[in-house]
Amino acid sequence: LGLALYASSLCAVSGATFLYHDYCVIGAGPAGLQAAYFLQQAGRDYVVFERSHAPGSFFALYPRHRKLISINKQYTGKSNSEFNLRHDWNSLLSHDRRLLFRRYSRDFFPNADTMVRYLEDFASLLKLRVQYNTAIIHVTLEKNEQAWNGHYFLLTDQDRKNYKCSCLLVAAGTWVPNVVNFPGSEYVEGYETVSINPEDFAGQTVLILGRGNSAFETAENILGVTNFIHMVSRSRVRLSWATHYVGDLRAINNGLLDTYQLKSLDGLLEGDLEDLAIVKDKKGKLHITLRFYLENRNISAGIDSITLPQDELDNFATRAPYDRVIRCLGWKFDFSIYNRSLRMMPGKGNIKKYPQIKPNYESKGTRGLFVLGTASHSVDFRKSAGGFIHGFRYTTRAVHRLLENRHHGVPWPSTVYPITQLTNSIIKRVNEASGLYQMFSVLADIILLRENATAFEYLEEYPTGVLAELEMQTGRKARSGLFVIIMEYGRNFSGADKDVFYYNRAVGEAQHAWQSNFLHPVIYYYKQLPTEREMKLRPPDWPLPRPNAIHHIVEDFLTDWTAPNAHILPLRRFLENCLSTDLRNFFAESCFLFAFTHQKLPPSCQQGYVGMQGLVGSPELRQHAVQAGLLQDYTHTDFLGDRPPDSHHGSQEQWMRDHGIPVRPLQHLVNAKDE
Amino acid sequence: MPAQKDRWVSSLVFLLFCASSIPKCGSASLQQEPSPQHYFSSLETGKTSLAFFTPSVSPGAQPFLEQIESSAEALQDYGVSVVKVNCPKEDASRYCGKENALRKAFLFRGNRLIREFPTDALFDVNSIVANVLFALLFNEVKYVETLADLENIENVLKGKSNMVFAYVPATGTAEHRAVMEAAFVYGTIHQFVLTTEAALLKATSHDDPDVSSAWLLFCHCQQATEPAQPCRRTALAQPLTLLNIHRHLKLMGAPLVTEVAEDPEKISTVHLQLGLPLVFILSQKETYEADRRTAEFVAWQLLGKAGVALLSRDLVELNVLQRSNVALKTPDEGMPIQYLVLEDTDEVITLVEDKNKVKQIQEDEQEEEDEDEKENNNQDIQDDQVVEAVSRDKKRELPLEQILVLTEENFHSSLSEAARTVVLFYASWEAVSLAVLRSYCEVAAQLKGTPGVLLSRVNCWDWPGLCSQENVTQFPTIRIYKEGQQSVTYGGMWGTEELSSFILLSQVSCPLKLATMDEAEGYLRGEFPPELSSHHHTSLLGVFSSATSKAREAFEEAGNILSGHVRMGMYFEDDALALSQKYSVAPPALLLARGGGRSVEGITLSKHSVQDMVQMIRYELLDIFPEITVPNLPQYLQLGKPFLILFSAGDISQVESKEMLKLAKGRTQQSFVACWLNLKKTPVGYGILRTYFSTTPPLPVLLWVNLHAGGQVFKFPSEQSISEMNILSWLEKLQAGLEIPSSTLSEEDWKPPLPAYDFLQMMEPALPELSPHPGDTPAQHPPRSPGGDTAGGDSATREEPSRESTAEEGGAPGRGLRGTAPRLAARDKQGRRHSEL
Repeated sequence: LGLALYASSLCAVSGATFLYHDYCVIGAGPAGLQAAYFLQQAGRDYVVFERSHAPGSFFALYPRHRKLISINKQYTGKSNSEFNLRHDWNSLLSHDRRLLFRRYSRDFFPNADTMVRYLEDFASLLKLRVQYNTAIIHVTLEKNEQAWNGHYFLLTDQDRKNYKCSCLLVAAGTWVPNVVNFPGSEYVEGYETVSINPEDFAGQTVLILGRGNSAFETAENILGVTNFIHMVSRSRVRLSWATHYVGDLRAINNGLLDTYQLKSLDGLLEGDLEDLAIVKDKKGKLHITLRFYLENRNISAGIDSITLPQDELDNFATRAPYDRVIRCLGWKFDFSIYNRSLRMMPGKGNIKKYPQIKPNYESKGTRGLFVLGTASHSVDFRKSAGGFIHGFRYTTRAVHRLLENRHHGVPWPSTVYPITQLTNSIIKRVNEASGLYQMFSVLADIILLRENATAFEYLEEYPTGVLAELEMQTGRKARSGLFVIIMEYGRNFSGADKDVFYYNRAVGEAQHAWQSNFLHPVIYYYKQLPTEREMKLRPPDWPLPRPNAIHHIVEDFLTDWTAPNAHILPLRRFLENCLSTDLRNFFAESCFLFAFTHQKLPPSCQQGYVGMQGLVGSPELRQHAVQAGLLQDYTHTDFLGDRPPDSHHGSQEQWMRDHGIPVRPLQHLVNAKDE
Repeated sequence: MPAQKDRWVSSLVFLLFCASSIPKCGSASLQQEPSPQHYFSSLETGKTSLAFFTPSVSPGAQPFLEQIESSAEALQDYGVSVVKVNCPKEDASRYCGKENALRKAFLFRGNRLIREFPTDALFDVNSIVANVLFALLFNEVKYVETLADLENIENVLKGKSNMVFAYVPATGTAEHRAVMEAAFVYGTIHQFVLTTEAALLKATSHDDPDVSSAWLLFCHCQQATEPAQPCRRTALAQPLTLLNIHRHLKLMGAPLVTEVAEDPEKISTVHLQLGLPLVFILSQKETYEADRRTAEFVAWQLLGKAGVALLSRDLVELNVLQRSNVALKTPDEGMPIQYLVLEDTDEVITLVEDKNKVKQIQEDEQEEEDEDEKENNNQDIQDDQVVEAVSRDKKRELPLEQILVLTEENFHSSLSEAARTVVLFYASWEAVSLAVLRSYCEVAAQLKGTPGVLLSRVNCWDWPGLCSQENVTQFPTIRIYKEGQQSVTYGGMWGTEELSSFILLSQVSCPLKLATMDEAEGYLRGEFPPELSSHHHTSLLGVFSSATSKAREAFEEAGNILSGHVRMGMYFEDDALALSQKYSVAPPALLLARGGGRSVEGITLSKHSVQDMVQMIRYELLDIFPEITVPNLPQYLQLGKPFLILFSAGDISQVESKEMLKLAKGRTQQSFVACWLNLKKTPVGYGILRTYFSTTPPLPVLLWVNLHAGGQVFKFPSEQSISEMNILSWLEKLQAGLEIPSSTLSEEDWKPPLPAYDFLQMMEPALPELSPHPGDTPAQHPPRSPGGDTAGGDSATREEPSRESTAEEGGAPGRGLRGTAPRLAARDKQGRRHSEL
């Protein structure tokens, strides 16, 4: 309240021309609305600016052919809502179960209009404070020592109305189409305006520039009616099922690859678009040539005077004239509205379409400016899902939690458990957590151990990139070591040129789990929080520095890591050895025996039995334990004839042999495909 | 073994016979010749004879004669006859006439004199045979005195034939004889060289030889081609006897490495016939060349000690471990061939030289591997009794029909349907949850038909949102939801009885407000309320005058906390004073009606804080002399006192009970927990006794157990009767430190039962970037070229080249046997993989 008063007084001082909010969000797309939801839930003073009259204006136009390629799975066979989010790539996070995308569409690949409708509902049902028809055209800073970050953000809209905020969340997406300039580029149609009616392409020969999903989507639409389609791009095609990156070419759009490889006239070419030139002949046909030939010439002089590649190389691939050339080169972030003082710089190399940000999503140039949503994808470009709804809905929540701690003294939410729950809490999360799964290797669950390892604190979905700053960023203390739980694909498994279907690609045995290829949980153990330096010097392609110990839970075909022997047991052994304790569960009877024969008790007895919560167990269970040789039955013991006390192992084996039960009955199945 | 030895000895003898030009059988003896004339006339050409001339009567030569006579038989084998020529008295010829000639022996071939020996050189049979043969084999056996002589001979022999070089400390010795005898047989095959020069021995031997004993070297000059290099030598390790030399030469003549392509059981070589073991190097096509070099290297090392054979596994069907690389066949009949996995050639040599040592190695390895295996096997064998029990029970279908399944959809509506809803929050993959679910099923069966109670469950694996909304962070959790009231979380043992009791007690409010004196009396008798009449636990009644509202509030609050665990009532009507006075206390007071006896005890409430009251109630509920059971131990453990515990095979006798009770009651402020344990009811008590005494002592047995401090266990002397007096005096002695503890509780920490998979270590070789010092990795692990990787990136393909290279290196002498394929195949066990289905 004090803060609000302070803030409003500031407003008064600086004049009525500024409308003040603690948080300003630019853009009411999925990320903006997601951020608004968390701000609203936390009761923060915020506003969302949206240039259009409704949320999700990008989706109102794109994708042009209206089919979203984010999956919307109706059924998973599970009712676990958290788990189901792993296969729901369109919903935003909220407590409202009405706002699940599967309630909006039954299509596996839903229509973009549905997304627009969904976003509208999300904003209205949750009563998010969105100011529509407000295009922010300029952002600048006002220095003020009292401000949270040493400055206020001053925003100006198209009507010259001004807004002032302490914290700016940029969720504007990447919406400025990428264009290339080469001689003749004026003949090129853009993806944003090209006709989506296949009839318009009947009997035409089409050249498409670009090799992303929009390019293939465009090709897919007209594949059946064109003479042929050629696609040109600098890089070779990257198939998402080979790279495990959803931003690469998805199978749903790859019809042209099929026809190319089956020699059905369509084709793919590699070449630098910067070297390209297009000349139009008298009939209106477009000829491809090279910039090189055009140097020192005037295009207007006419087609006849221009050298075409085929004049010298008569089998030049794109010698056939085209009727249309379509540019599908993607989009970039709109850098234009930010004052130079904000130092919003484009990234380098293949992330130049995104602004430069730190792993905590804060702009590298300006403190207090956070980039959310698609525009924040530079953090995990071509790696994880941070550029897509099913990824940034989690990173947005992470940013919100960082801000809650930084500005409102609300530490990162955590739960404290007794150490006996350690294995369980990890198993629970790796089996259902959607944030860990979607934002694999980017978001991590953190377990902070308490002194003497009797209890631990569980933090969910913390950005791995700022692990070193954990104490400062979360307000939690990591004094006695920590576990970091992330999901990983096998190293060397993913890649544009990798064969991801090779034989024996899956590991079946827990002891070879580190060679797992498919997404699987990995647990890093650090005795101390890694330092900045260690984070910087971490091995290339590693999300984290070298740990003190590491555990891989073996990949699972069903992504169900609850098998007692293959998944839970090795994990327990790993945790036990990190903590140097015994994490087994014991029946009350065993604890009773230990209480009278040992001065110390294992954690499960200490925290369970001694705390009056002993596991008595049904007679059947105890019988099973006796048969397994893990519990001694004293009922039938005669007083004098003592059995050797160490017959446990033997008796177990004996019992197994007697009952003809192999230790791992599925072993032969597992090994059947060996070699 | 002895039989075999006989066999080859006889073959040697036979050989000697053949070698000697006179195959003459029967007993040989000293020939007597009447006169020199007669003797000389009888000499045949080519026939060798040793003659000595003796006067008819010459007693002085008698000992010499004996030796000569006994050497006759030996010399006969070499075709030398020994003749004693009698010199007639009057004979003064060359041999008989001179005095000194009579002290000599003469060796003739035909009638040509080869050598004359002074009789003092012929002191015994050995010297006679040695000297005679030395003389006869003058051309076959070269005597050298200097190293130069030896080298000359060696150089001449190179590439032509082998040399046997013998050193004897003196001529005429047994060793000398043995060498000469061998030379007699082998002299035409090998060049024999003899010396008595100790200096020469020293020059030819590497280490300081013992010049007092003979020495024999076989020099492999035939194979030597390098003129500058001395011939390779193999010393005879055994003493120089004819047998040993013969064996040695036989072995040197055998092929270095025998290549075999049949069942090793059927193979027999010179070595086996000579009682030496045969070592098989098991080879495969891929590694044949390397294995051959290894075999040759080993063979040189073992020359004279064992034979080496190279066995191609590809040609022979062997029913042995793929990773076995060496086999050992001993000459002992009936001994099976041993197949071994050895690491380097040294082990093969040790194998032959010291069998016991090898056995040790093998056993060690076996153990090591067993351990490895055990370790591996154990590591993935479940050692959590709860998890294992639950997974063994998973096929059993649980009678869950009594338990309502709650979901996110029906949770809130279901709660409002029954007066009380018991909810078990669990996770269907979690073992402890599932164990509790089993007990919960039993509870459901017991409580079937109880009005107003609904048993239900929520699987948090299906409905995580519901569980977190209900603030359930741990599994299992049991809550009782009552309409319009705060839910109560169960905090007791996860057992059927305890759970049932909790649910039953939760039916009535806690504390239960009693309206009339009758109700209060009935409550104390356990008859009211009727729902709890079957419940025989201690009843607690708080009696308050209306004025003492603060105490009452605290009591009510304590009731909330103890709800479900304690039967609590309260009475604060006008006649409360009358009720309390009945039990001689004044309100606020607590009336306790203990389970069995129903005697009512009154306690004045002095502390009015909730926490104190809860603690006081809990304490008051404890028995004075309880029977310790698995479920109730924790309550007594919390007191933090030592236990005086009587282990009894069944119920304790009245006398013991009385005495113990007296003892327990005797001190108001007890410093220990007096209790007993019924082994029939709590059989795990046997486990305790066995830990203390290793066997079960005679029962009953009274023990003092310092559970919390020191952990000493003292046993009350069994000869004393269990009486208050005896125990008290024992305790005094005990406290005074006059008793010796029978046992002490283990102080051990609860460490991880087994190691984990060390993935970090496994990853390091494959992922050089993981190495702790990123700076120096490139040198150690050259980075793999990005293009060179197969899509699999499988370590199997990566390790291929290194395997080949080790195989090649295996050829260099002294290299490990690791180069052989089976070994490697066994070592580099690849990660077992399967495609996903």
